[in-house]
Amino acid sequence: MVKSLRISLAASAALAFSALPSAAQVSDDVVRIGVLGDLSGIYNDLSGKGAIEAVKMAAEDFGGTVLGKKIDVVSADHQNKPDVGAAKAREWFDTGGVDLINDLANSGVARAVAGVAREKKRHIIVNGASNMGITNELCSPYAIHYAYDAYSLAHGTGKAVVEQGGKTWFFLTVDFAFGIGLEQQVSNVVRANKGRVVGAARHPLATTDFSSYILQAQASKAEIIGIASTGADAVNAIKAAVEFGATKNQKLAALLLWIEDVHSLGLPAAQGLLLTNAWYWDMNEDTRKFAKRFFDRVGKMPNMAQAADYSSTMFYLNAVKAAGTDDPDKISAKMREMKVNDMFTKDGYVRADGRFVHDMYLWQVKTPAESKAPWDYLKPVATIPAEQAFQPLSESTCPLVKK
Amino acid sequence: MLVLLKRSLILAVVAALLAVPLMPHFIYPVFAMKVMCFALFACAYNLLLGHTGIVSFGHAAFFGTAAYVTGYAMRELGLPPEISIAAGVIGSAGLGAAIGALAIRRQGIYLAMITLALAQLVYFVFLQAEFTGAEDGMQEIPRGVLFGLIDLRSDFNLFYVVMALTGAGLWLVYRIVNSPFGEVLRAIREHEPRARSLGYAIEKYKILAFALSAGLSGLAGSLKCIVFQLASLTDVHWHMSGEVILMTLLGGMPTVFGPAIGAILVSALHHYFDALGAWVTIVIGLIFILCVLVFRRGVAGQLHHMLQERRPTAPSAERRNLKEGQHAQV
Amino acid sequence: MEIFGVPLQAFLGQIILGLVNGAFYAVLSLGLAIIFGLLRIVNFAHGAFFMAGAFVAFILGRHLNLGYWSSLLTVPVVVGLFGVLFERLFLRRIYGLDPIYGLLLTFGLVLVIEGGFRVAFGSSGHPFPSPPELRGVWNLGFMVLPVYRAFVIGVAIVVCLATWFIIEKTQVGAYLRAATERPDLTRAFGINVPLLLTLTYGSGVGLAAFAGVLAAPIQHVYPSMGSDLVIVVFAIVVIGGLGSIMGSAITSLGLGVIEGLTKVYYSQASTTVVFLVMALVLLLRPAGLFGREET
Repeated sequence: MVKSLRISLAASAALAFSALPSAAQVSDDVVRIGVLGDLSGIYNDLSGKGAIEAVKMAAEDFGGTVLGKKIDVVSADHQNKPDVGAAKAREWFDTGGVDLINDLANSGVARAVAGVAREKKRHIIVNGASNMGITNELCSPYAIHYAYDAYSLAHGTGKAVVEQGGKTWFFLTVDFAFGIGLEQQVSNVVRANKGRVVGAARHPLATTDFSSYILQAQASKAEIIGIASTGADAVNAIKAAVEFGATKNQKLAALLLWIEDVHSLGLPAAQGLLLTNAWYWDMNEDTRKFAKRFFDRVGKMPNMAQAADYSSTMFYLNAVKAAGTDDPDKISAKMREMKVNDMFTKDGYVRADGRFVHDMYLWQVKTPAESKAPWDYLKPVATIPAEQAFQPLSESTCPLVKK
Repeated sequence: MLVLLKRSLILAVVAALLAVPLMPHFIYPVFAMKVMCFALFACAYNLLLGHTGIVSFGHAAFFGTAAYVTGYAMRELGLPPEISIAAGVIGSAGLGAAIGALAIRRQGIYLAMITLALAQLVYFVFLQAEFTGAEDGMQEIPRGVLFGLIDLRSDFNLFYVVMALTGAGLWLVYRIVNSPFGEVLRAIREHEPRARSLGYAIEKYKILAFALSAGLSGLAGSLKCIVFQLASLTDVHWHMSGEVILMTLLGGMPTVFGPAIGAILVSALHHYFDALGAWVTIVIGLIFILCVLVFRRGVAGQLHHMLQERRPTAPSAERRNLKEGQHAQV
Repeated sequence: MEIFGVPLQAFLGQIILGLVNGAFYAVLSLGLAIIFGLLRIVNFAHGAFFMAGAFVAFILGRHLNLGYWSSLLTVPVVVGLFGVLFERLFLRRIYGLDPIYGLLLTFGLVLVIEGGFRVAFGSSGHPFPSPPELRGVWNLGFMVLPVYRAFVIGVAIVVCLATWFIIEKTQVGAYLRAATERPDLTRAFGINVPLLLTLTYGSGVGLAAFAGVLAAPIQHVYPSMGSDLVIVVFAIVVIGGLGSIMGSAITSLGLGVIEGLTKVYYSQASTTVVFLVMALVLLLRPAGLFGREET
């Protein structure tokens, strides 16, 4: 009796295995993509509804199904709390049948979720955060850092500004790991290009009055005031700099400025600012087409992270299709073979450490006279070629990089 | 009649407790563990708010300190979980005694402000300290092996450990409230000068209450740190202090375990409705308003009150205890 | 000449900027102090009303083309009326209870207001230009001072003095002070204390909104602009002594300066220093700097 049971079990197992290669394998009959973003807090506009819609658009444009299975998009709010984000990611991977988590605005959350993804062997794509840890100590075959990172921002804006003659720098840095990391990256670039950092002021997060710091920056006589913060902090810092006339003798370099921040500042205050972004809605016919569709759904223009949400979701789905399975390791291998050619970038590819390599762009904010329509804010200054835009693979501390 | 009611209540509590071990089978265990941590946190907080009449606006400091201490002990020092948790509890109890000793020199709203101020200083220390990783949090804390026997990396093992420790913590809260010491605390709440004139050294009682409340809050924080393998600034931010007040108020200040219900409701609201985004904030705000206006006894307090109303013979003393809004001093 | 490594001129500049911030705190803390003095309510929603003031000005500007000056006058009234409504419908029900309930009720209101603006206007901000008359800077020799900031100090001083005058020198103020001391007796004299409470709350909220409009051109307008402000301002009121109006105003300016100097010497702590001061003051002078010990 026992023996016959064993035999029948073995037989059925063999049957199951023999069925493997014949049909596309998708566990639980659905490919589920989770958008883990800030739906209620300060980064809501940068990620939030726009991120969810971008991923949904990608799923729809892909046809709604992959390998004959439905593509399902779910979303959750990490409330900018790493513990909440990590818990949600765990739950999604453990019981929610989520195959990929996208967006991940907020560095703390992205780091926490990267740890979970490595443990659970499921995919994440980071678009909303700049933390270098994703492609260094936290790297895994399952994490891709797609849109931008601290290195590319620092090297984009920092290098361009130094080359234009801005040799002495003063930093206004948000007193958070994010800001301090950005400041260090840019400082390295400045020093490497024979520039000098003459000082820095570290301000707490959510500082509303920057006048004191601007005064310090003016007293430093630095040619460049580097603003190592983002969102409301960066906007308030730039406003104060303009108000105190700092822009007459000094130049501002915003190290992470979003299109929404330019919108908040208004062109009279923002004009002339240099910034690095991976993508801008008015680059070419494809980007404009995407932006228009996005605008109709969300009511504002997409930023680089949201465009990357769309592009990276497409990329993932294409990899699933090419791999013929939702097995994370096979998809991971495919994603490292395929190239991305879409409205986000041309010939983008993923390196061993999970960095998605593509061109970055240096932009300048238009003057009110140059701007012809709402959201017509940026003009291109320079293209930072993909090979120079990101941390060289040789510097990555990621153990997956063979040295 | 009275006996019958009491029995049915006890039965209900026992049934609820029996259901807890089965929870991982139908609720996601990590979420269930989080809820237990907050339930303990809220009940510990209520030792001060509901039972001593002290409004602390800085309990996040105790919760978060324990989380960081435990995380540091486990990740940096490689200590086993039992010692790390003990370190967290002792650390936050000590901090509680220190903050309490300073804060109880004032009363009412001033006291609340001192606790807020000191908690903000604690927040600042953790923001600046190198090992906390600032806003990224202290991440990838190992869960370890309890007593060298129980591997906590398994969610199921951890669930029962968290359940046991939370249960022990709640039992301790219950014992404290129903001890002679708890009686003195209530006497202080009702009428401090009278308690003093009876010869009680009320400062000592208050400091001890602070330390106990902080220590148990710390236990909750340590457990949360192990569950999530993460200690972050949100644990010490003043919003966390606000959140625990909401849980306590919603659950029921006049009761012992009511705050746990509040913790369950608030966590569930965040968990199951988070896709609504900012609307959740609005809903929580409305609940706050509703609670204060019509629901000051909280869910458990209200139930208890309704049961009491049914019994016309209920001793009036008990009812006086339930009169809302008169327990704290200014 | 240098003071602790900072040139004297820069030092002077920082003190002036500290006073500008102190002026904001003064307008906000005045409202908070009056409300607590009379209603015994810790108005946690003060920061939310500050934000609402800025937002209403922005909305009026965008949809009704209302200019800065008209906004400065109408917005406090609009937001103040909302405050009146809130007092009548909600706050009124919890008078006489422990102040903690007032704090919790208004904390709930904060969540509703902030969440509401976030749902309606998004989380990132909107630009708000300063009035054309006040653009430009004055060169004081040791620093450049934007005209608008100087204007803020001036307005704040006027508002503080006007509030002081109303409370100390007018009939209404006399009623107010009487109601603060002994509401029961005041009522016995036939004075409509409930109305007084409503008006007080409305004016306090109006002052917060006024500060919001003042701040809009300096910052930009976004939903979280007031969320951390309230605990700072409340700390100031506590330091000054709850209920002491002049105490709050003076403390506001003092703290603005302390905060400004912290920004030079140890900028990371600039938002924490107020709590350090509060803890020290409360432990050394229990009723605050200018308050009286309450029984």
